[in-house]
Amino acid sequence: MATTVRIPASLRNFTDGQGLIEVSGDSVEAALASLLQKHPSLKSQLCTDDGRLRAFVNVFLNDEDVRFLEKTETAIKPGDTITIVPSIAGGCRQG
Amino acid sequence: MLIINNAGYESLRRHGEETYPFECCGALLGRITDHGREVEAVVRCSNTRVDRPQDRYSIDPKELLRLQRQADEQGLEIVGFYHSHPDHPARWSQTDLAEAHWLGCSYVITSVEAGQATQTRSFVLAGATEDEKRLEPEKITTLSCVES
Repeated sequence: MATTVRIPASLRNFTDGQGLIEVSGDSVEAALASLLQKHPSLKSQLCTDDGRLRAFVNVFLNDEDVRFLEKTETAIKPGDTITIVPSIAGGCRQG
Repeated sequence: MLIINNAGYESLRRHGEETYPFECCGALLGRITDHGREVEAVVRCSNTRVDRPQDRYSIDPKELLRLQRQADEQGLEIVGFYHSHPDHPARWSQTDLAEAHWLGCSYVITSVEAGQATQTRSFVLAGATEDEKRLEPEKITTLSCVES
């Protein structure tokens, strides 16, 4: 059983419309690399120029935010689900 | 265009009145059709910006994960978000744009003046990529619900 990455509707223009994508790898980092290999145009949406995840990109392994696990080094196993969730914030005043 | 029934529209406006003088926030679940974003459910969220809730809002990513799952289970999508501007016009701020990352989604803003919801406007996060994003005004069409 592969690992599945769930893509929000706002990013499906970069995945040929797919919301569920099967990837390979034994860590979150490897799974994301597999995802970006399949859908290279996603990279600039998710990553900075130096390859780090953009600050607004939340990555969940099943129910847990990987920031509170071992970050992208978190190990994964077949059947796990990775969910990408861009953040939501704002406010009426600047600064 | 954002299409929403009257009950949902009034619900998000009331939310801003209830949290005044702080910002409220929530999500819009629905479908993307040829007509635009059609809202099926307005889901209230908590504002996690307890440090300055009078002019900032943020939704807990875990709540977003739950919303994503709720949408999946109902065969819906997250089609937009809403928040209020206490004693401030219903126009997007540079902070709103900088923190908006859901391309193609609606961002609804309600101005709440002295505790009363006044203008509500919607903006779509347009642009092909994060680096080209911009908030453009869009029409809100409200529909009356008719029980069958």
